[in-house]
Amino acid sequence: MTATVRRRKRPRNGSRRAARRLAKAPTGIPGLDEITNGGLPRGRPTLVCGGAGCGKTLLAVEFLVQGALEYDEPGVFMSFEETTDDLVENAQSLGFDLRRLSARRRLLLDYVQLERDKRTESGEYDLEGLFIRLGHAIETIQAKRVVLDTIEVLFSGLSDRLLVRAELARLFRWLKTKRVTAIVTGERDGEHLTRHGLEEYVSDCVILLDQRVMEQSATRRLRILKYRGSAHGGNEMPFLIDDHGVSVLPITSLGLAHQASSAHLSTGVAGLDAMFGRKGFFRGNSVLVSGTAGTGKSSLAAHLAEAACRRGERCLYLAFEESTSQITRNMRSIGIDLEPWVRRDLLRVHAQRPTALGLEGHLVAMHRLIDDWKPRVVVVDPVTNMIAVGTEAEVKAMLARLIDFMKLRQITALFTSLTEGGGAAERTDLGVSSLMDVWMLLGNLEANGERNRTIQIVKARGMAHSNQVREFVITDNGFTLVDVSRRADGTVAIGSARGAHERQVPAGDSKARRRPGVK
Amino acid sequence: MKNGARRTWRLRLYVAGQTPKSITALANLKRLCDSHLAGRYSIEVVDLLDKPHLARRDDIVVVPTLVRKLPPPIRKIIGDLSNVERVLIGLDVLPRGDEE
Repeated sequence: MTATVRRRKRPRNGSRRAARRLAKAPTGIPGLDEITNGGLPRGRPTLVCGGAGCGKTLLAVEFLVQGALEYDEPGVFMSFEETTDDLVENAQSLGFDLRRLSARRRLLLDYVQLERDKRTESGEYDLEGLFIRLGHAIETIQAKRVVLDTIEVLFSGLSDRLLVRAELARLFRWLKTKRVTAIVTGERDGEHLTRHGLEEYVSDCVILLDQRVMEQSATRRLRILKYRGSAHGGNEMPFLIDDHGVSVLPITSLGLAHQASSAHLSTGVAGLDAMFGRKGFFRGNSVLVSGTAGTGKSSLAAHLAEAACRRGERCLYLAFEESTSQITRNMRSIGIDLEPWVRRDLLRVHAQRPTALGLEGHLVAMHRLIDDWKPRVVVVDPVTNMIAVGTEAEVKAMLARLIDFMKLRQITALFTSLTEGGGAAERTDLGVSSLMDVWMLLGNLEANGERNRTIQIVKARGMAHSNQVREFVITDNGFTLVDVSRRADGTVAIGSARGAHERQVPAGDSKARRRPGVK
Repeated sequence: MKNGARRTWRLRLYVAGQTPKSITALANLKRLCDSHLAGRYSIEVVDLLDKPHLARRDDIVVVPTLVRKLPPPIRKIIGDLSNVERVLIGLDVLPRGDEE
């Protein structure tokens, strides 16, 4: 029988609550609603816990602000720690105007002062005053959301702990009867989720926030410890608080569902396009250009950027080493004038020190820049500088996410990677080369008292490509591949040797030209 | 020594309904004022069930809460006021011990 009866129509003696699909209240926080499959349990309290400064208050603030602005759900913020003025000021840094929301009766801020030294205890009491106060606040603005931040202060403000425990249990039951979606925050204490065991009262959803400082940069992470009756990602997700508010980045990328494009895209260097079968690489490819210092990685990136702009496509250049003016000046010296494209807003250079943000910070910043402006081509120069703010594994995870994100949008991305001199180039690329569709290696070949530039394609997924190590020069006209000059024994002559060889075989198979104005 | 004899006490007692604790608190308060502050006090009882908006004004979460409005500064005593000595100290009727 049960097989034919639909879950909703189960007999009354069954567990109706479990049978009903869990209703959710979207937080409006990017990423958080994705990993919770729709938001927090509607009409129930959720515990958000973490150490001092982990961002629980701001997360709670945004939950109310988004509720008020996006979901027509006014909210009450009952603060036991920060004064109303402090809250307003802190929210300002996320771009939220709490005063305005309060004036419009979309938000009610109430600061509860519970300092012990300002009161004397004499005899028995209870917390009915809190219930009445909160109940009145909810009624005043018809609130659908409530934040209690952090109610644990009650334990230090009142001496009768047993009473506080009993009253808290009552409060959480009462919140459910009020049908408000609530966030209750708790301070993490060592191994305990919250100092006073708030998790005992909140059984539906528990979210843990964490802030770690690794190699001088702070990294925030969020994890859903528990979500009764709902699937949730149990992984730690990086999250960020900046002037746009809170955002959570799901670690589980969107998989490999992206559409592979078969449209080609010029590298901006004719000779290089030829190495890829004349057409350049595929649109939406992730391209790694690696090489030691001064091998021309940025020049190649600039060519790609310029080519994109010439086609009228937007290109975002994320520079982690040089300033915008430095890049434009340097590129002008090799005949690539980026200025006009900057002026026409086809090229945006976003220069930032790697240490300015944590790894997640950069990732979110990149996501935002890309989402806001929708470039077709993105250059990250150099991606190796990210190592300064994370470990290799973290950088790789971040890159994987960034690449997935761009692939889904069919954005062609070029990453430059600075390899240390010495060791094998193949081993020194953060292990990120496996994430890339195309990998080009730039090098310097030192022989016979001179140093010559070389380029080779290490891999190019799904494309025929040259296996030759080619010589190139950087001239006033940019990056130019030099024609191959083969000796009789089949070896490739490069640099002066090539010149010498060409003089010997003037109209040979190489059709060589003189090297024009080598830099 | 403070010039306690000339001061008047304006007291406000917050309760939530006629609960045993409320009734006890008010009875305790009256008894205590009559014996220590005779003729120099006024008591206003605020039932938050009737006037819930007043909880925020005086920052009340616990009931019963006794608020000394005058003389300044404002002082709060929570509970049913069964510990007379603590109430007297809290109200500054009796000098504070080691605390001050």
